Amino acid sequence: MAIELYVDPSLSPADIRRLRAGDQVLITGELLTARDAACGRLARALAAGEPLPVDLRGRIIYAVGPTPAKPGQVIGSAGPTTAARLRPYLEALLSAGMAGLMGKGDWPEETAHVFRSYGGVYLVALGGAGALLAKAITAVDVIAYEDLGPEAIHRLRVERFPAIVAIDAQGNDLHRQAREEWRRRAGGLAPHRSDMAGAAPGQGG
Amino acid sequence: MAEAAGPGRETLPRRVHVDAIRQAVAELLMEANYCIGDDVLDALRQAAEEEQSPLGRDILTQLVANYELARQERVPACQDTGLTIVFLEIGQDVHLVGGDLREAVNAGIREGTKAGFLRNSVVGDPLLRRNTGDNAPGVLHVDIIPGDRVHVTVACKGFGSENKSRLAMLTPADGVEGVKRFVVETVDRAGAQACPPLIVGVGIGGSFELAARLAKQAVIRPINQRHPRPDIRALEEELLEEVNRLGIGPQGLGGIKTALAVNIEVYPTHIAGLPVAVNIGCHSNRHRDVWL
Repeated sequence: MAIELYVDPSLSPADIRRLRAGDQVLITGELLTARDAACGRLARALAAGEPLPVDLRGRIIYAVGPTPAKPGQVIGSAGPTTAARLRPYLEALLSAGMAGLMGKGDWPEETAHVFRSYGGVYLVALGGAGALLAKAITAVDVIAYEDLGPEAIHRLRVERFPAIVAIDAQGNDLHRQAREEWRRRAGGLAPHRSDMAGAAPGQGG
Repeated sequence: MAEAAGPGRETLPRRVHVDAIRQAVAELLMEANYCIGDDVLDALRQAAEEEQSPLGRDILTQLVANYELARQERVPACQDTGLTIVFLEIGQDVHLVGGDLREAVNAGIREGTKAGFLRNSVVGDPLLRRNTGDNAPGVLHVDIIPGDRVHVTVACKGFGSENKSRLAMLTPADGVEGVKRFVVETVDRAGAQACPPLIVGVGIGGSFELAARLAKQAVIRPINQRHPRPDIRALEEELLEEVNRLGIGPQGLGGIKTALAVNIEVYPTHIAGLPVAVNIGCHSNRHRDVWL
């Protein structure tokens, strides 16, 4: 059963600590968007000791570059992009107080320790489901780096936006755990053919 | 000997206006982004039934719902509406009129992107990285074919998966076992980041650049079509089984549906070489084509 997660607009350290890798959450509240270009600018501003255009403390950054809204839409399609490309900026963003990053895909192996050491979390949204996920976004405005177009920092209001905790603040890593388990199980299966699926009994859960 | 080129034997070229190509590119680009092919949708529905991980089944069901919604509302299924890859197969009896072909293709991309509310995903220089603001230019591949028609294929390539593609110049001694190892290793390294379940395009043979192009052509071949050569078809099926034993699963959260298909294309090569390219495609394998 999914956990309701309120981010209005920030998460407290206690909120973050309650989340566990594998938890399915429905996020209501406010997200910031930033992907490659915006995260790079934020990290460079931090390195130069310049003020950030937005306070990251307690916030969830959603790595997304949405399509333009059609008439009548709040936002176009808005699914996650690959988070691991933001690895060079991760420490900077966490040290500025970012509570969580949301994207898709796994990270290099040592990354779970980075989230643990800063007390942050990594969430995944469903990659390639931008049309569906846009339905959970109720308002949007651009708040910084407008020149970056789809890569500008947007503020999103979301209502029950579905996500899964993939790395928790204790350093548990859902992708790694799931992959190890399923490699063991899938490797033990007889060669799996779609045309055999009806005939052969399944292996169950 | 002299009969072939006599003036009386010349056939008049068929005139095709480049505006028709511009318009086709614009329409195909929108259509591809809104309407995933039945081949992918059917494969996702089947995978949702066969997946053994409950979370994987749930993910696959939601992906099907997303594609149905995108088709119904005519919105992009994925916000990464891609780098536009255009393949033009031009009949040798065609005379293109009305302007610059390449400009017509890029104008079609601009039009389709604007009219279709697609994303501007292109930077004008790979190092300076300033967004062009109109999603152009695309990548254009041109081939000459027999006949007097023009085949226009538009593919929208998302870069979550494109980034995970690889090429290796293997040696003849590496053989088919070397090819298999390289394909499986590439999928393993792509892992969760390339938006599985994947469509794996493999190009074997030719030269350095042709192997990559074959892999791209393999990715956009319908995934319910196996290669006509029985040995290549068997290799496609074997590799699909192998990558599905990696445990990566839908969205990399575990399961037996890491890929929906492995498509292979082959071409003759040099006695000293065995080029192999793997173009990783995400489940959002968007392409459309038309004959003019």
